[in-house]
Amino acid sequence: MTMTKKKTIFTAAVLAVLLAVCIVVDMLLPSYHIAVVVIKKATVYSLVAVSMNLLNGFTGLFSLGQAGFMLLGAYAYAVLTIPVDKRAGVYQYFNGGALKFSVPEIFAGFLGDRVGTTVGMLLALLVGGILAALMAYLIGLPVLRLKSDYLAIATLGFAEILRAFFQWNALGPITNGSNLLKSYPAFSHATPYVVLAGLMIAVILLLINSTYGRAFKAIRDDEVAAEAMGINLAHHKRMAFIISSFFAGIGGGMLAMYMGAIAAAPFKSALTYEILLIVVIGGIGSITGSILASFLYIFFSEWLLRGLDAGKFLGINAPAIFKNGFRMVVLSVIIMVIVLFFRKGIMGDKELPDLLDRRPKQRKKEAAGK
Amino acid sequence: MSKNVLKVENATMQFGGVVAVDNLNLEINEGEIVALIGPNGAGKTTAFNVVTGVYQPTNGAVWFNGEKIIENHPQGKMKKLYKGQHDGEYTGVLAPTPDKITKLGMARTFQNIRLWKSQTVFNNVLIAKHCRTTSNVFSATFRMNRKEEAAQRAHVEELLKIVGLYDVKDELATSLPYGKQRRLEIARALAAEPQLLLLDEPAAGMNPQETDELTAFIGEIRDKFNLTVFLIEHHMNLVMGISDRIYVLDFGKLIAEGTPAEIQNNQRVIDAYLGVADDA
Repeated sequence: MTMTKKKTIFTAAVLAVLLAVCIVVDMLLPSYHIAVVVIKKATVYSLVAVSMNLLNGFTGLFSLGQAGFMLLGAYAYAVLTIPVDKRAGVYQYFNGGALKFSVPEIFAGFLGDRVGTTVGMLLALLVGGILAALMAYLIGLPVLRLKSDYLAIATLGFAEILRAFFQWNALGPITNGSNLLKSYPAFSHATPYVVLAGLMIAVILLLINSTYGRAFKAIRDDEVAAEAMGINLAHHKRMAFIISSFFAGIGGGMLAMYMGAIAAAPFKSALTYEILLIVVIGGIGSITGSILASFLYIFFSEWLLRGLDAGKFLGINAPAIFKNGFRMVVLSVIIMVIVLFFRKGIMGDKELPDLLDRRPKQRKKEAAGK
Repeated sequence: MSKNVLKVENATMQFGGVVAVDNLNLEINEGEIVALIGPNGAGKTTAFNVVTGVYQPTNGAVWFNGEKIIENHPQGKMKKLYKGQHDGEYTGVLAPTPDKITKLGMARTFQNIRLWKSQTVFNNVLIAKHCRTTSNVFSATFRMNRKEEAAQRAHVEELLKIVGLYDVKDELATSLPYGKQRRLEIARALAAEPQLLLLDEPAAGMNPQETDELTAFIGEIRDKFNLTVFLIEHHMNLVMGISDRIYVLDFGKLIAEGTPAEIQNNQRVIDAYLGVADDA
């Protein structure tokens, strides 16, 4: 009993410290500072990585459709929140677009500017999540009958089709074709991102530790046994797929917020691979791992190794070697090393509180002592 | 006459041209322990898989508590290929997935142990309770089902005490010794609150002492949970010691049925399966 108490206190303390650090960073640094940018991007990636882990790591469904669901969330957010007076400029090739309203402005009308805008933005995020979930339901009907690699290929294909579809000119009045959507409101500080993603991840954690989460894990471990023990495979797989996509949609909306302007182009399969990489590095089946890996990955790729592209790194000035793209070379090597030495990822399938557990070696020693 | 729990009616299972189970008819009454025996490859496990919904029979029907739960007839390519009997007698198609059959009140164990490897002993049993949960995904996620969850956990603890695994409840399922893993499989099946328990070679790989313990254990849980037990087994000590009736399969066909004494003296069964002791 005391152990669980200890674990709770430990987890709460770590989370409180992280939140405090984030708030302090926000107060001390301007919002364009690289530290703030890294926190924002890493938080968004954490949420998407955790949502992918829910599906790939906890339910054992190898899906690669994350970019597609993020795209839906991002577009829903951007389309719904662009201020009305800026629509003419954004949709300049499509006569100001089809939508003549903006959700945050509607809410600002009767809730006041500050609160209303925030509520509208959150609502737009939610709409993105729901759209992604609906799409997941439809896609899931045929696709979830497939297993392992086939499922991966089908979902990957879906994401690519969706991207092409959103660039289609006929949809221009809504999606702006292949042009940028911009000028929508966004949180400039890092704290709202952290709080929002933190809440979402908390919900996912609650789900994973509920009876449904346990059923998901049973499906992952042994499908035949799970079905024989009364777990409806089709139903539970669909549920996991929809929930994962919902959070990927919200993550997509937050990514749109972070980027400030979006088009369909960055939502390529490369984005899914990036997320998959984070999940694998962090440990398949570990929420803590996914979050930790997101921060490490973004920190390395966006900040620490930046100098490699600019010709300067750790005080070494070598513009002949450190050229554009060299950062990715070094990053790849680091990732390979991590994968070689941590086969199960940084965290394996452990979570933050599990770090307090005594190691097997120690336990053995104690047992021998008795 | 006690109530009929399971009735398999003219069930034939054909894979391509191979008839694995040929026109199987059997009945199990409430409270009975019935064994299904036969040489390797006789179709015993296939019969189990038909009853539990893993395979859809090619022809025939299965009744559970007087209700028809499975029915099929040769369709498509099978129409031409079908070699069994009673062709054309069945017209309906009832093909529930295994989970639905489990919810009706049938639970099984597996010949080659299929526990959830990453889960603890406790969770293995708790997950089997999932099919009895009434909460939906929202109420479960936001912990509005505390009462039910607590009741389920209490029940699982009680079950683990009964099967003697309570002291290892926090170990990983796969770290248990073989005999205990078998017991855990039975505990898991019991957690699904079955009326009919199907055991597929529960004593496989056990030594004589463990087998004796298991024999007593099966009788115990039958009485405790008011179960009807249907089992496949090769250990004749267990089968003869515990069964009320025995069915014998050979090459997919039923060759005998009766009480243990009848089966032991049945010449066809002796020829096909039991054999004769060397000194006789």
